[in-house]
Amino acid sequence: MSAFWLLIILLAFAAVGFVLGRGRALASVNGERRRLHSLPNYYGSNVAMLAFVPAVLVLAVWVVVQPLVINSSVSNHIPAELYETGGELNLIMSDVRRVADGLDLAVKNGMLTTDEASSIDTEATDLRALLGEVGVALGSEIHPSVLSAAQVMRAQIATGNLFRSIVLLVIAAAGFFIAIRMTSGEFRARNMVERGIRGLLIAAASIAILTTIGIVLSLIFNTLEFFRLYPARDFFTLLEWAPSFSGRGGASSLGLLPLLWGTLYISVVALLVAVPIGLFSAIYLAEYAGPKTRSIAKPMLEVLAGIPTIVYGLFALLTIGPMLLSVFGDDGFGWMQGQRSVMTAGLVMGIMLIPFVSSLSDDIINAVPQAMRDGSYGLGATQSETVRQVVLPAALPGIVGAVLLATSRALGETMIVVMGAGAAARLDLNPFEAMTTVTAKIVSQLTGDSDFASPEALVAFALGMTLFILTLGLNVLALYIVRKYREQYE
Amino acid sequence: MTDAAFPDGANGAAPRTTTSLLAQDARTRKRNAAEARFRAYGIAAIAVGLVFLAVLVSSIIFKGVGAFQQTFITLNVELLEEKLDKSGTRDIEAIKKVTTFGYNPLIDAALAQAIAETGIENPFSKGKDLRKMISSGAAADVRDYVIENPDEIGKTVEFRLLASSRVDGYLKDRVTRESLARDKNLSPEHLDIVDALAGAGVVTKAFNTDFITGADASESRPEQAGIGVSMLGSFYMMLVVLACALPIGVAASIYLEEFAPQNGFTDLIEVNISNLAAVPSIVFGILGLAVFIQFAHLPQSAPLVGGLVLTLMTLPTIIISTRASLKSVPPSIREAALGVGASKMQTVFHHVLPLAMPGILTGTIIGLAQALGETAPLLLIGMVGYIASNYPDGVIEGFMAPNSAMPAQIYEWAKRADPAYYERAWGGIIILLLFLMSMNIIAIILRRRFERRW
Repeated sequence: MSAFWLLIILLAFAAVGFVLGRGRALASVNGERRRLHSLPNYYGSNVAMLAFVPAVLVLAVWVVVQPLVINSSVSNHIPAELYETGGELNLIMSDVRRVADGLDLAVKNGMLTTDEASSIDTEATDLRALLGEVGVALGSEIHPSVLSAAQVMRAQIATGNLFRSIVLLVIAAAGFFIAIRMTSGEFRARNMVERGIRGLLIAAASIAILTTIGIVLSLIFNTLEFFRLYPARDFFTLLEWAPSFSGRGGASSLGLLPLLWGTLYISVVALLVAVPIGLFSAIYLAEYAGPKTRSIAKPMLEVLAGIPTIVYGLFALLTIGPMLLSVFGDDGFGWMQGQRSVMTAGLVMGIMLIPFVSSLSDDIINAVPQAMRDGSYGLGATQSETVRQVVLPAALPGIVGAVLLATSRALGETMIVVMGAGAAARLDLNPFEAMTTVTAKIVSQLTGDSDFASPEALVAFALGMTLFILTLGLNVLALYIVRKYREQYE
Repeated sequence: MTDAAFPDGANGAAPRTTTSLLAQDARTRKRNAAEARFRAYGIAAIAVGLVFLAVLVSSIIFKGVGAFQQTFITLNVELLEEKLDKSGTRDIEAIKKVTTFGYNPLIDAALAQAIAETGIENPFSKGKDLRKMISSGAAADVRDYVIENPDEIGKTVEFRLLASSRVDGYLKDRVTRESLARDKNLSPEHLDIVDALAGAGVVTKAFNTDFITGADASESRPEQAGIGVSMLGSFYMMLVVLACALPIGVAASIYLEEFAPQNGFTDLIEVNISNLAAVPSIVFGILGLAVFIQFAHLPQSAPLVGGLVLTLMTLPTIIISTRASLKSVPPSIREAALGVGASKMQTVFHHVLPLAMPGILTGTIIGLAQALGETAPLLLIGMVGYIASNYPDGVIEGFMAPNSAMPAQIYEWAKRADPAYYERAWGGIIILLLFLMSMNIIAIILRRRFERRW
């Protein structure tokens, strides 16, 4: 029985449980609803819940665990001389899976009988052509041991599924009968159901934790795998980034530093654009602008934050890049070779960050108590003197927090640098030179690659880990500063 | 200002400068000038920001509108029976055996005839050269028409065929005679013909519905590429996001806002949510690749996977806005419900949640808009490089079969380094921004219409 049909059966079970539970509760008080502890529907829901939820939880766990168990037991059936590295074993295992799926599909389509499928051998029939007909494409001829492993896998999956159906139905039935037995007029069904719903709410809230765990685990495992294939020292100290795609390992030098340099350089350019413009806009909007100007200018600036980054990327590539090239290129100053450069990406990223800096600083400046301004005016200071000498120092920690948040945004920005910054890793000071960043290299190393065995692909996870730690550190620091500052005036 | 307060000779010998209240002294002037400068900096900063916005919007519009216009060549193609159906039986299988190559001579003849009618000399002897003016997909269009209407064989039918991207570019001033010197796809002689045909009304520009509804085309045929299929991919992704993120986000917010005790576990969840909101989107792409594709073996490039990744990304946004709107429901509502004997759960689900619904929906729409424009995680799960050339066959295929998404499609076009594709990319951005704008406007209207001030 497939998982889908099991789910349907469980749902049907729950529906029957609802009707029976409700009926039994009403019958136990001879139809006098006032003598029930809870509303009748709660009794029904209780039975449905106990029949359905434990079984579905077990089903979910089973669906995840069974393939893992079968995979590891089947991979023992593959003779060791067929593969050398873990990556090759993975490739063989995916062949095995495909053969097993293909045979099942062939049986389902009626091209093979069940007996034929389990006794088929590579000598007598052209398995590859047969599987091709049901839409399973195989790269190479099927090795007999792959076929036998596939047969083992099919058998194990079949027994696994059979056990799964039995176990699940037993659990569902058990829950069903326990709940029915519990049902009586005095039973506190509502409390039971509400406890269940509460559990559901907690589970939903825990998804945030699960996501973080998922991110951390997927980064850590692949990063460790990368460091097994490639020395960690080289990754952190080499000044060169030159992945080779022809040979596996050894030949490429994958140094983090040039990428980090590009990332930081572009971020600095972006912040040089965004911080002055954003800060002065925020000061003007908070201290000088009348309500009318504010109500127009503020949303207009914030539109910049709502524009998707792909738009900024295209803007960098096709508008700002050529514009800069015409001024600083060979026709002008001669500093710029192509339209992709640190300046192109940094400038556009700066535009994107303006609203970040301005809205956050605006909030923070507004949070400075009016009494401090009044005191300053009372001493005869002009408005700008008040801003410079009273408001800004008071708001400084918050503004620093805002700038840190913008920095973390800049470090993690992908589309603008992929399209505007170039692909060559370079350690250079000229801002009109093309450089590349951590995010751009994550994209280029992982795009279109489904084989994660080579260090050239796995390095992306190490880069992702670097990026994750950097941005996480900045965010935590920024949030800490902002929060501390807010408490100061509350 | 303050100088006036000091009595004469307070610091000894310094002679008192006589100042009038009407004339400013040098120091005041300086301070006032500094004040004016500071103000000007603020105005300049806002002006620069707005100028950037204006440049961005105008460059999108100017470069993108071209994609909504396409050049067509209207030709009377004679569907010769001896070419298309030698047997004369109108047997559909026999007609299907004629490939698009069999249709090319018919189109060439029709084009040559149209040129002859304008009276201009035709410098091309070979049909192959002449045909460069017409999209290489045109023959397939004619073939599809014939297979659909086999009875038309032998008649002369009027077709509106796509012009090639160079001809299209010439009429939109993207291609000039000078730029053709380095381009072997079209020569200036072709342009003379195009000018003459345009004068005769054979070559016309018309609204390009295929750009909005059509599928992506191969790299050499930008004139055929459309954003329709990837729009559908985005739509399926948004369905996944809506179906996952809304219930999970609302449930999580209810727990955190209404039930969660003050303890370490709650703090852990809160810290996680605020951090996830700031994790770079590309990291979510890595997560999707490692968990959904590497570990769970879900199909690459599928809208389902894209939707799941975007769900994880939008969850923090939805949770934050949902919590804000739950918080804005006054405690008196809860107390009243509890007072008449509702349980805590009933209070929340029967009273608080319905009152918070407009705010929740607003937040959800804004979260969806954010997800719709997100590109970086889609690059990692394989949505770029896949040419979305066919509509999915059904709803299940819509979720599971490889597809592209609007922002991924735009990126794909921008990568192809062909001015004709750049125009498509800008046009795609116009469509994407229209979607985002309407979603945000709906959110604002919802908020204005249903928001309650307690």
